[in-house]
Amino acid sequence: MSILIQQVHKYYHNLHALSEIDFNIPQGCFFGLLGPNGAGKSTLINIIAGLVYATQGTISVMGHDVRQQWRQARQSLGVVPQELVYDPFFTVNELLRLQSGYFGLGRRNQPWIKELLEILDLSDKTKVTMGHLSGGMKRRALIAQALVHKPPIIVLDEPTAGVDVELRQMIWAFSKRLHQEGHTIILTTHYLEEAETLCEQIAILDQGKMIALDTTHALLGRYPYRMLKLNLTTQNIKIPSTLAEKVQSLTQNELILKLHREHDPIGAILETLRDAGIHFTDLHTEEPNLEDVFISLTHREKS
Amino acid sequence: MNWYGLYTLFSKEVWRFLKVAIQTLLTPIVTVLLYLLVFSSVLSSHVQVYESVDYAAFLVPGLIMMTIIQNAFANTSSSLFQAKTIGSIVFILLAPLSSWECYLAYVGAAVVRGLLVGIGVWIAALWFVHLPLHNLLILLIFSILGSAILGTLGIIGAIVSEKWDHLSAFQNFVILPLSFLSGVFYSVNNLPGIWREISHYNPFFYMIDGFRYGFLGVSDVPIITSLWITTIFMILVAAICLRILQTGYKVRG
Repeated sequence: MSILIQQVHKYYHNLHALSEIDFNIPQGCFFGLLGPNGAGKSTLINIIAGLVYATQGTISVMGHDVRQQWRQARQSLGVVPQELVYDPFFTVNELLRLQSGYFGLGRRNQPWIKELLEILDLSDKTKVTMGHLSGGMKRRALIAQALVHKPPIIVLDEPTAGVDVELRQMIWAFSKRLHQEGHTIILTTHYLEEAETLCEQIAILDQGKMIALDTTHALLGRYPYRMLKLNLTTQNIKIPSTLAEKVQSLTQNELILKLHREHDPIGAILETLRDAGIHFTDLHTEEPNLEDVFISLTHREKS
Repeated sequence: MNWYGLYTLFSKEVWRFLKVAIQTLLTPIVTVLLYLLVFSSVLSSHVQVYESVDYAAFLVPGLIMMTIIQNAFANTSSSLFQAKTIGSIVFILLAPLSSWECYLAYVGAAVVRGLLVGIGVWIAALWFVHLPLHNLLILLIFSILGSAILGTLGIIGAIVSEKWDHLSAFQNFVILPLSFLSGVFYSVNNLPGIWREISHYNPFFYMIDGFRYGFLGVSDVPIITSLWITTIFMILVAAICLRILQTGYKVRG
């Protein structure tokens, strides 16, 4: 296991920010940590990284307790912080050399720093101070900083929040590459599509508690509905009573039905519609996505 | 021990103040020279603290030490507080650096800045004042102890403060009065009773008095007393600072 989390609680005065968190992250896994704002994702990430101390419980990283064997635990982790934080005095190259030095790595690590700068397309910005870089470049420099000591586990705390499409694609491709090279990746994100595309396993936190932990495939399977969308040609239709409770939305020219995968065979539904004199030009189905699962688990209304 | 990590953090802190050397080295030197110009030209004909010592020669060691300790405090407090407020402290917290290693790196850089500014003031003052040199080792010991103490207080101040206002209050209401009332401009023996008594409870007084002994060979209290008290004060503030760092107070949530 790369990370073992056992009975972790965190209190901030009276606020129970994390409650009884207990799960493991296997080695080489692309792991997603999801949850609404204030769910406790960042608190958990910070406890794993040693930035915050848990009130109760233990966490080990690659077999090293984050409180007792913190040196080894920190050597195993590379954290890309959520905020674009940087020391304004130094250039990109200086910051990478310093970060490498904090991990006890001297000049011999310079070739790797050079390689990182090339991979992240920062080679022509090495002498620029962080304050003069664009937001996207700052984000890339932070990724480089997290990887400077070649950690086996990489934590990406909402890496694509507020970035443009191009950079998001770049971050996705890069994190996939790191995963293929054998790194364990822990990703927190608000974008469910992102977690669905990248993650093999997902934990969902809500109000400091873990409400789901499963493979992405199994989580998607937990939501047994799919949508049937019909482009109507008939105006002012009357929905048959057997379908009434399946109607998700109905406009002048579009009808969306929420169908149970096993109990509502599409053939039978279409026949019922035809019998009711409802005609359409086109139809298509939509499989559930993580957003549906997420909303059904956190009991929130779809916006 | 992560020696290379410690060395890197130390050199980063030195590098940081060298990148803004006008503000961190040149400005304090010029400020002290202005003090020297004003005080020595106005007071030198009226005040004599020790026999056979000019007031200007009495004043310069105090001013040098005051500059050393104020700059040592400024170095750790501003660097750490800035890192805390902008969030870049995270890169140090994520690194395998112990409280001891961080402490030594920050205080080491504060000592270097203190000594550089001190040497700068000394050299500049030599143009104006004839200054004897009694014992270089004593000078070195007191300037290192003084800057290490204030560097340590700077770390404590930066950690405890939640906004710039708190830090500046710590600097203006604690550090500044203690250094001004420590006998930089006068001998505490010339003060009236109660004020003389109070001055003996000010640990900064012993730093200044011991440091001045290194130049003049005379002091208000025996040099060994100053050395003891300064050393004990150093150990005390270091212990408090390390305890704060180890518990992660206000830093590791």
